[in-house]
Amino acid sequence: MLENISALFEKGQTTLVIGASGSGKSVLMKCLVGLVQADSGEILYDNRDFVSLDYEAKKEVRREIGMLFQGAALFDSLSVEENVGFPLKMFSKLSKSEQLDRVNFCLNRVHLDNANKKFPSELSGGMKKRVGIARAIALNPEYLFCDEPNSGLDPLTSRVIDELIQEITQEFNITTIINSHDMKTVMDLGDSIFFIHKGLLWWQGTNKEIMHSGNTELDTFLKAYLF
Amino acid sequence: MRGLFSRPERFKVFWERTMHEMNAIGVGSLGIVAAISLSVGAVTTVQTAYQLVSGLVPRSIISTILRDSMILELAPTITCLVLAGKVGANIASELGNMSVSEQIDALDVMGVNASSYLVLPKIVAGLFVIPLLIIVAMALGIVGGYWAGVSGGAITPRDFTEGIVADFRGFTIFFAYIKSVTFAFLITTISSYHGYYTRGGALEVGSSSTKAVVYSCVGILFSDFILAQMLLEN
Repeated sequence: MLENISALFEKGQTTLVIGASGSGKSVLMKCLVGLVQADSGEILYDNRDFVSLDYEAKKEVRREIGMLFQGAALFDSLSVEENVGFPLKMFSKLSKSEQLDRVNFCLNRVHLDNANKKFPSELSGGMKKRVGIARAIALNPEYLFCDEPNSGLDPLTSRVIDELIQEITQEFNITTIINSHDMKTVMDLGDSIFFIHKGLLWWQGTNKEIMHSGNTELDTFLKAYLF
Repeated sequence: MRGLFSRPERFKVFWERTMHEMNAIGVGSLGIVAAISLSVGAVTTVQTAYQLVSGLVPRSIISTILRDSMILELAPTITCLVLAGKVGANIASELGNMSVSEQIDALDVMGVNASSYLVLPKIVAGLFVIPLLIIVAMALGIVGGYWAGVSGGAITPRDFTEGIVADFRGFTIFFAYIKSVTFAFLITTISSYHGYYTRGGALEVGSSSTKAVVYSCVGILFSDFILAQMLLEN
């Protein structure tokens, strides 16, 4: 599915992985977070090869990862507060009141101050994504992965989510990787952009360079979205 | 399998989830188990009385047959077949929905052992609670039989009590316990497996639930025969 992909994701920077549906960008993200086992190659998290680590060591690395899923993947049976507090309950040594403080901080950070007791079924798409971001940052991650953060959202809410991701990346100095084919996101957040096509890394550059890449496949992809 | 039976990340969380599952499986199934047991006990009594045409056979044999039928077969097997439908479908659809909406992936990415967190409490709860439900079913089956037999005039209260205590063997209770534990394990593991490995969407969640119920029922009937062969051989 994926071949010859060599990429560096910098700390404090937002990297966009773009490509058409079925190009392999979701598989790439799943490989990076360990949901799909790579057949060969290396995935290095600060020099720790994620592919060759054993189960327990992988779990340690995963605790440094926060992920926003396409559909937010909130736990249906838990309230917003419990969803955001879930990683804290599982892995932190904080007391209950400290956990609640942290949950409130994260919810405040995503501008959701009065949603603690709501359940996922009572939230809009944009609110679910914001709760997803709050849960992802609850444990102060080193790496933030966002899979199609704008899918299914109106342009205004998309912009709010983009701004939130950018602010959080800079504020907490984390490495953020976003899968997207939303060109607004690409142009706004693309400190670094990777274009994946047919499982290959076709082009890499910045949002300033993307319109003049000279890459036929990328140009075709861009034209399809822009015109 | 290794992941499923590995040590839970937080024992307190595991305990909370197990209690929650015990409540869902046990208390949640009490109503249907009671209704079915009372009905099965009543029908067994009426049908046994109907077939007992000889005046030479004491009427107390009706309650003896009812007792042994309820303990050996009807309470464990019928109850577990019903639980395969109720609890099994519930487990498979819950886990299936979590799988297709990436909630299980979310647990994995967080570093939570998803199978241990989600499935193990269901298995443990099932192993504890389903045998208790079977005991309730046995008792209510006999109560249902008493009510049907006495109110219908098939047997007197005195004959019924006599028959219930006559030639009672404690081994039958042990046999029913072994059966209920085996069935509980089959229901929870088969349903969890089909739910956990659901891929696709709503259609596949429905399909997983159906498979969970069908395979659990087949497993129950097959193991029922095996256990009877192994443990009841003279």
